[in-house]
Amino acid sequence: MALSGVEIFKLLPKTNCKKCGFPTCLAFAMSLAQAKVDLAKCPDVSEESKKVLGEASAPPIRTFSLGSGGKAVKMGGETVLFRHDKKFINPCVFVLNIKDTLNDDELNKKIDEVLTSEIDRVGQKLRIDAVSIEFASNDAAQYESAVKLISQKAPDTPVILNCKDSSAAEKAVKTIAGKKPLLYGVTASNADAMVNIAKANKIPVGVCAEGLEALSALTEKIKGMGVEDIVMDPGAKTAKEIVELNTQIRRSALKKGFKPLGYPIINSALREDSVLEAAVAGVAVAKYASIVLLGSIEKWKNLALFTLRQNIYTDPQVPMQVEQKIYKVGEPSAEAPLLITTNFSLTYFIVSGEVENSKVPSYLAVMDCEGLSVLTAWAAGKFTAAKIAQFIKDSGVENQVKHRELIIPGQVAILSGALEDKLEGWKITVGPREANALPSFLKSRTA
Amino acid sequence: MSYMIPKETCNGKVLGLEFGKTKTLKIGSENTMPFLSFEGSIPNKPVIAYEIQDISPDDWPDTVKNQYASVSADPVKWAQYCQNELKAQAVALRLTGTHPDRGDRSAQDAAKIVKEVLSAIDIPLIILGSNHIEKDALVLVAAAEAASGCNCIIGKAQEGNYKTIVAAALAHNHKLIAMSELDINLAKQLNILITQMGFDKERLITDPMCSALGYGLEYTYSVMERIRLAGLLQNDATMQPPIIGDVGMYVWKVKETFASEADAPQWGAIEERGIAWEALTASSMLIAGANLLIMRHPKSIATVEKVIGELV
Repeated sequence: MALSGVEIFKLLPKTNCKKCGFPTCLAFAMSLAQAKVDLAKCPDVSEESKKVLGEASAPPIRTFSLGSGGKAVKMGGETVLFRHDKKFINPCVFVLNIKDTLNDDELNKKIDEVLTSEIDRVGQKLRIDAVSIEFASNDAAQYESAVKLISQKAPDTPVILNCKDSSAAEKAVKTIAGKKPLLYGVTASNADAMVNIAKANKIPVGVCAEGLEALSALTEKIKGMGVEDIVMDPGAKTAKEIVELNTQIRRSALKKGFKPLGYPIINSALREDSVLEAAVAGVAVAKYASIVLLGSIEKWKNLALFTLRQNIYTDPQVPMQVEQKIYKVGEPSAEAPLLITTNFSLTYFIVSGEVENSKVPSYLAVMDCEGLSVLTAWAAGKFTAAKIAQFIKDSGVENQVKHRELIIPGQVAILSGALEDKLEGWKITVGPREANALPSFLKSRTA
Repeated sequence: MSYMIPKETCNGKVLGLEFGKTKTLKIGSENTMPFLSFEGSIPNKPVIAYEIQDISPDDWPDTVKNQYASVSADPVKWAQYCQNELKAQAVALRLTGTHPDRGDRSAQDAAKIVKEVLSAIDIPLIILGSNHIEKDALVLVAAAEAASGCNCIIGKAQEGNYKTIVAAALAHNHKLIAMSELDINLAKQLNILITQMGFDKERLITDPMCSALGYGLEYTYSVMERIRLAGLLQNDATMQPPIIGDVGMYVWKVKETFASEADAPQWGAIEERGIAWEALTASSMLIAGANLLIMRHPKSIATVEKVIGELV
C-alpha cells in the first residue's frame, strides 16, 4: 500500500542536505508520496529504508517487457478498472500459438503470417506482437529445433516458450536466451526447476494455476525464489472465466493492494472456430488481459482485433477531436466536391464514412470547433460564417480545387448567405441535414 | 497472504422486462456488473434480434445482403425466414422505407406492413422507425397502434420526438426504446422526461447510441459501462432500464465491412472481415452491459450466441 508523505519522511535521513534538489527532507518525502520524484535522488537513504520504500512505491501491477530490442512489448502497469476513469496503458499483446509438431514448411508459413501481419491504422503500426511455441511433441529435440527455426526466421519477434517440461524448456532457452523469452508453463509441481532456469537466464516466467488462491500462493513462492517478472495464467477456459477471474485479479491488485496478484495476465482464446476465437480474444482485450494467445491470425481477424485493442486503449481524457485539415476521401481531382464539417470525432467518422460510401472522391474540410458537433458548434459561435471563411482561406484548399463551391451541412443552411458574402467568389451549396443522405446527394450531383 | 475474492455489493438492479405476445423473452434483472455471477445473479441471458427491413436492403454490403437475397424483397417472408430457418429468438423490423429519402412510405402503409409481419411470426417483434425525427413521430404512432396488444418494443424515441411516441407506446401497451446520443447525462435526462409523462421505467430500454468497431466504439463502450455503474453501484433508478445495442446498422456501413479484397488486400477475406467486425462490436457491447442486440449477419449472430453461451 502507498505510504503517506509523513510516513516516508520518517524513513529518510532527515538531514535537509538539499542534495536531492528539494529544500527539506519533508518536501522530498511529499514529492515521493505523489510519485513525482525517484528515491534514487537521495544519496544517504539507508538500505533498509530503501527496501521498505521500494516495496511501498512499487506499482500495484508490475511492469516489464516481453522480448528485447525494437519489437519488445511492455505489459502491466495498469492503474484503473474502467477505461473511462483513465487510459489503459500497455495494450494487450497478441500472440500466435504455434505447435512444435508442425513440419518446417508449416512452421515457416506460420512465421511468415506473423512477420507480414503489420497493418497501419490511423497512424499506428499494429502487428501480431509475439509467437508462443507450444511443446506439443513431447520430444525435447524437436522442441529445440522448432524454437531455433522460429527464432532464426523472426529474430526480433518476442517468443513465449509454452512448455511445462523443465528439461525441454532448459534446452530451448539456451538457443534463444538473448531474446528474453517468457518461460510460460511454471506450475506448482515444476516450479523449482523452472524458476532456476529463469533465474539462470534472467528471463520472466508465466505461471499457471487453477484458481486465484493457488495462483497467488505460486507467485509468492516464485517471488521468494528471486524472480519477480511474472505473468499469470488463471486458467480461464470460457469467456465468463476470463471476465470473472481477470476482474478479481485486477480488483485485488488495485483496490486491495494484494501484491501476489499484481502481475500481468495471460489468457488463451484458442477455439476451433476462428470467428469465435476473435470474439473471445476481444472479451479478453476489454477485460484486462495483457497477453492473449491465438490459434490463427487471418488478416481479417487481425484487423478487427487490432482495431478493438486500439479503441479500448484510447485515452478517454483526450477530447473527442480530430485534427483540423482538408481530408481527402478517395483520390479526389481538382474538380471534386468540397464539403465542410466540424472536428467532433464522431461527426468526422460519420461524415467521412458516408462520403466514402458515396464512392464520389471528395475533399472534406474539417474545422477545429473544439470537438463540438455541427449544430452545437454553430450555437456556440464556433462554426460561424466568418470563422468558416477564414478557415477556408487559410487552409490552402484554393490551391487544391479548381472550382469555388463549398458544401455546408444542411443543419446550418442559415449560414449560406453570410458565407457567400464573406467568401468572395465562392458558391455555397447546402448539403443534406443528416450524414446518411450524403451518398445520394453526392451521387446525384455527378449523375 | 491468504486470498479473499474481492466482491462488490450492488445496491441497485437492472430492471427486468418481458416482451412478445405468443412467445415471450425476458431481458435484464441482473444485479451485478456484466457476467460477474460470483457476486450477484443474472437470471436472463442477453438476446439478439435479427434485423429486417420493410424495403429491400439495397444499401447493405453484398456479404450480408446475399444472406437474405431470396426473401428480402418481402418483409413478411424475411421475418418468417429468420424465425423458421435461422431460428431467430426475435426480429427487429426497421421501417427504412418511410424515410423521406428512401421512398417516403406513409405511416398507414408502414402500419400495414407491421400488421402483416406480426401475423406471420410468433416470436417477439421490435419495431423501429427510419431515424428521421419528424417522420418517426408519425410512423411509430401508427405502428404502435397497428401492433396494439402485441407487447412489442418500439423505437426509437428521441429528444426531438419522444412525446407522441411515448403516448402511443403507453396507449397500446408496448415497451419503448429511448435513444440519446452518446452522453450519459442525455440518456438520464431522456429517461426522466419519459417517465414524467407517466411511462413506467420498467417498460423502458436505454439506447445510448451504438458505434461500430473503429468508429467510436470506445465511447459507446464507456457510456454503457457508466450507465451500468450508475444504476448498480449508485442505485440511480433512472439508469436501471436494460440497454440495447443497435449494432448492425452502424457496423455494415463502415468501409471495413465492404471494401473489396482487391482494394484492401492487407485486410484479408471480405466475408469473414464483415462477420468479425459485427461480432466483435456486438460482444464488446455485451461486456459493457448491453442486454439486447440488433444484428444482421447470421454468422455474426451465431458467433455472438456462442459467446453468450460461454458468458452465462
